[in-house]
Amino acid sequence: MNKKQKKVVVLACSGIGKTYGALAREAAYELVERVRPGVTSLTCLPLLVVNDAEARHLVTENPVLTIDGCPRECARKSVEALGKVVDSPIQVIGFYTAHKNLKPEGVAKLNEAGRKLAMVAADELAAAVDELTQEKK
Amino acid sequence: MDTGNKKVGLISCSGEEIPEGTVCRLACRRVLDELKPHKTVTICLPLFIAGGEEERAFAASHPTITVDGCRKLCAARGTEMLSGKPSRSLLIPEILRRRGLATPSKRRDFGPKEDAVVREVAKEIAAVVDEILEEG
Repeated sequence: MNKKQKKVVVLACSGIGKTYGALAREAAYELVERVRPGVTSLTCLPLLVVNDAEARHLVTENPVLTIDGCPRECARKSVEALGKVVDSPIQVIGFYTAHKNLKPEGVAKLNEAGRKLAMVAADELAAAVDELTQEKK
Repeated sequence: MDTGNKKVGLISCSGEEIPEGTVCRLACRRVLDELKPHKTVTICLPLFIAGGEEERAFAASHPTITVDGCRKLCAARGTEMLSGKPSRSLLIPEILRRRGLATPSKRRDFGPKEDAVVREVAKEIAAVVDEILEEG
């Protein structure tokens, strides 16, 4: 198995209408770019909507972590529509519940508290990524 | 111009992987919030899969503009496959080329330079909203 196949695929909710969609996306960026670069891979959720072959292969052949912004769970359900069980399904609101001092606001751009919460979320998600990468070894 | 209560649906690609996706999201948001707040509505594209009949009827209920960040055209194709044919399909790279705008080099933390690009793209989307409303 090559290294590329060991990457954890991170899929964020693609919502443009809610603060928690923006928070989910920012947490995904923080996780992939700052916290666990090299062992994670970010891909666009709508590629699964159109059944893109490359994205489908990436998702079905690698461990997947989804970060959803609302109870509709578009990210998790879009993966499961491919017949793949999500290895680590995350609801981003849980991070706010655990860190009430960081209230996210804004949709197009998160406020400072929201950006901090995204960093905290990504830091805490590192353990899930590590677990998934260990399982793949 | 009397456009009545008709609202135009905007469906943006999420494009997390590329800067053009961020342009797409932020430009659509600007149209929804500032340029055409009472004439536009949106829906998250993946809700066509994760949602129910009400979500899948979106493109049948509204004239719809899809806005895509790349030539994979997820918003246009996804909407047509799962909801209904969009009235217009816009592509960010084409808008940038037509308007002589540089593609942003980063996919988040947009500053004044990137925000200027977003504003121009939003104007073009808003103009298409007007076209559709004028068509009746």
